[in-house]
Amino acid sequence: MASGVFVGLPRRMVTVNIDGEDVQVTEGTTLLEACRGINIDTPTLCQLENLTPVNVCRVCVVEVEGSRVLVPACSRKVEAGMKVHTDSDRVRHSRRMVLEMLASSVDMSLCGPQVQGWMSQYGAEPQRFGSGAATVAQPVKIDNDLYVRDYSRCILCYKCVEACGVDAQNTFAIGVAGRGFDAHISTEFTVELPESACVYCGNCIGVCPTGALMFKSEYDMRQAGTWDESQQRVTETVCPYCGVGCMLELHVQDNSIVKVTSPLDHSVTAGHLCVKGRFGFQFVQRRGPSR
Amino acid sequence: MDIRTTGGPPTTEEVAAIDGFLGAPESLWEGGARVEQDDHLAYGGRAARSRRHLLLPVLHAVQDRAGWVSRGALEYACRRLSIPPADAYGVASFYARFALEERPPLAVHVCDDIACKCAGADALCDALEKGFGPAGAPDAAGSAAWYRSPCLGLCDRAPAALIERAGKHHAEARVAPATYESLSAILGGEWPDSETSMHLPPRKESRLLRRIGVADPESIESYLQAAGYTALRRAIELGPESVIREVTDAKLLGRGGAAFPTGRKWDAVAKAPARPHYMVCNADESEPGTFKDRVLMESDPFAVVEGMTIAALATGCEQGYLYVRTEYPLARERIENAIEQARAKAFLGADVAGSGMAFDIEVRRGAGAYICGEETALFNSIEGKRGEPRNKPPFPVAVGLFGKPTLVNNVETLANVLEILKHGSGEFATVGTPESAGTRLFCVSGHVRSPGLYEVPMGTPLRELMQLAGGLREGRTLRAVLLGGAAGSFVTESQLDVPLSFEGTHAIGATLGSGAVIVFDDTADLEQVLLRIARFFRDESCGQCVPCRVGTVRQEEALKRILSERNQSLREMDIALLSDIARVMRDASICGLGQTAASAIGSALIQLKIAGVN
Repeated sequence: MASGVFVGLPRRMVTVNIDGEDVQVTEGTTLLEACRGINIDTPTLCQLENLTPVNVCRVCVVEVEGSRVLVPACSRKVEAGMKVHTDSDRVRHSRRMVLEMLASSVDMSLCGPQVQGWMSQYGAEPQRFGSGAATVAQPVKIDNDLYVRDYSRCILCYKCVEACGVDAQNTFAIGVAGRGFDAHISTEFTVELPESACVYCGNCIGVCPTGALMFKSEYDMRQAGTWDESQQRVTETVCPYCGVGCMLELHVQDNSIVKVTSPLDHSVTAGHLCVKGRFGFQFVQRRGPSR
Repeated sequence: MDIRTTGGPPTTEEVAAIDGFLGAPESLWEGGARVEQDDHLAYGGRAARSRRHLLLPVLHAVQDRAGWVSRGALEYACRRLSIPPADAYGVASFYARFALEERPPLAVHVCDDIACKCAGADALCDALEKGFGPAGAPDAAGSAAWYRSPCLGLCDRAPAALIERAGKHHAEARVAPATYESLSAILGGEWPDSETSMHLPPRKESRLLRRIGVADPESIESYLQAAGYTALRRAIELGPESVIREVTDAKLLGRGGAAFPTGRKWDAVAKAPARPHYMVCNADESEPGTFKDRVLMESDPFAVVEGMTIAALATGCEQGYLYVRTEYPLARERIENAIEQARAKAFLGADVAGSGMAFDIEVRRGAGAYICGEETALFNSIEGKRGEPRNKPPFPVAVGLFGKPTLVNNVETLANVLEILKHGSGEFATVGTPESAGTRLFCVSGHVRSPGLYEVPMGTPLRELMQLAGGLREGRTLRAVLLGGAAGSFVTESQLDVPLSFEGTHAIGATLGSGAVIVFDDTADLEQVLLRIARFFRDESCGQCVPCRVGTVRQEEALKRILSERNQSLREMDIALLSDIARVMRDASICGLGQTAASAIGSALIQLKIAGVN
């Protein structure tokens, strides 16, 4: 018996012009997806595939003809006939300044090679703002055994708040508090995590792009100078705890699990785990005399 | 959602304040005491969450009663409205007026913004510091504290102060002009006398200010006698489409600062397919040097209500909000009174003036955030969230308050609508210039003999406006005029013949903005004024996007260096840096605050040749 399968409403194709090249993309595509589709490298900091775009970092801005100001590529949808410039003087200037402003106020040393690459590509010189430039430097918060929060590395990308909230965990243990340069990620009245609504799913760590949120195991090894990613292997497996079937990536160094992640594009997890999958791995590496 | 509260119980006072506003809780599930039924039945989740938008009013209720918002009170509010405490803390800490640490019940907010600076606010603050300790610190008795405040919108009577006394009988009062003697008496426990009537300059050919001083702002009878509500009757006769055509034909441009064609906005909302539609009157006037909307609301509140009603009927809105800054207690009181009286006369309600259409208005009180004058930040604020602007598009006419099509108009814009309907679009456009029709309210402050609110036809030269305000004091010469407030730009003596119209100011690279005109003579310390502007933007940036959050701080730092640096080449480097910062803020910020945060400072360095800039 023939049965119909609903495949959704037909989506129109839209033609946009990016840097002189006509590109056909489906309606509803973002400019960022359209750019990446034709291999135009576009820097992003607050954007992540598994989170709603908040377009706050402004490093992905592009120039759209007819628009008074630059537009964020991560959230702006394509419109038929749009003419987009991704490497104009205005775009380069804004990207450079955003990177400079962040690097002059935040410790971005753990951001990874991609961000360092953009810094040099756009000629960012954070030291231009002088030695007296205000920063977000502050003591590291260590108030539990599972992870640490080092907000001197926080670029306020809102990702952790989204992951803790409606985009993944629906726990709402943290939010953005304060205003302006004093805006910061916080629990209510800055209470320590054990006193807050935190359930230690670690999904905030999973999305943090700067190392502001970190596994305690990784933090301790970095402090001891033993953290070495070149010596780490990643083993893929399925979480043994319940029947959901979350895929785990076990990061192993010296035959010990040092960190657990899940791929962003995994159909079950979308990169998010729970406290057991994320932190409950000690039993596999229990050493010493068996009882 | 599991709401975890660990901060201990609220005080009886705090519970009384919150329950006084929301009514008593029905169950354990919204913060009440446990009854047997609660063990078997959980309910109210969705209903409680749908009241999220009441968070700011609830926080105001607590603060008005207790003087500050404690953790216990915040968490009780969270239980009542089903909001996660971390989220609510983010909201409360966003607004400057909510105190999250215990403080004395009496708070004296002293304006040290641009216009008040011209009238000796700095000396006043210095004296207060000597007499009562630094700003923000409790006095010796622990019963009062004074704070520095951005513009209070009393620039015509500078220097100004706003007094708040928390308690069962919460009270607010304003003192303007304020003196050390008057403020120290208040800090000592004396309550100020009720305000003296405001200074109203002579008016010629006034339209918008016609009823001021003629009709009693507290009586709808008096408003009706002064031909009030004739515009609404005419609007009902004409019907929505013709009303929108009239407003469009009159070429009315929005008076809030952005000068968008009002008719086009109305048309877009009227045609928006999604329902319901909302009408919002933006009365969050916070641009330094601006007080026109305050005067309209205090002196002609029924006109504002009538204007909102006309706009709502024309665009199919059944619910309206008037968002007024918390610094305007008298305006709030008078508008609330006007709404109540209009309801009693059926000018608001299920059947507005026999039209068969429904409309009602709720007044919402800001909490000390300049950014909430930005329309999308204002929506978030009404919804009980942090006042962070949203990215546009989508525009409010399609996706606005509560995600629905929303019409946002400024108070002065709505006042103009009455004129258009009463006299027709043709008559309306006989005044002003072809591109900028009608009259405009200008808030003249600073170094003029008679600061105040002046209504002149669009296109009136700046020089003439300054003469109306009495001109400079004897023997003084002009240094500069700041047009459009902190987000505006400076003009100089040679530009005084600029016609005050949208196109006239645009032609010289300036802006009318909110209608603020702050005049500086040769006694003004413009460097201090520039530093105050830089501090203003640093304080008022919402912090969401990088160009504005970091840019406003870097701008202030660079400006400080430029004004103190003696080495020419180092100074030039900082001037170049300032211009780089200005460019990214203008190009890449989410909203108008960041996009204009560098304009006044940039124009001052160029126009006034401060720090040797050419």
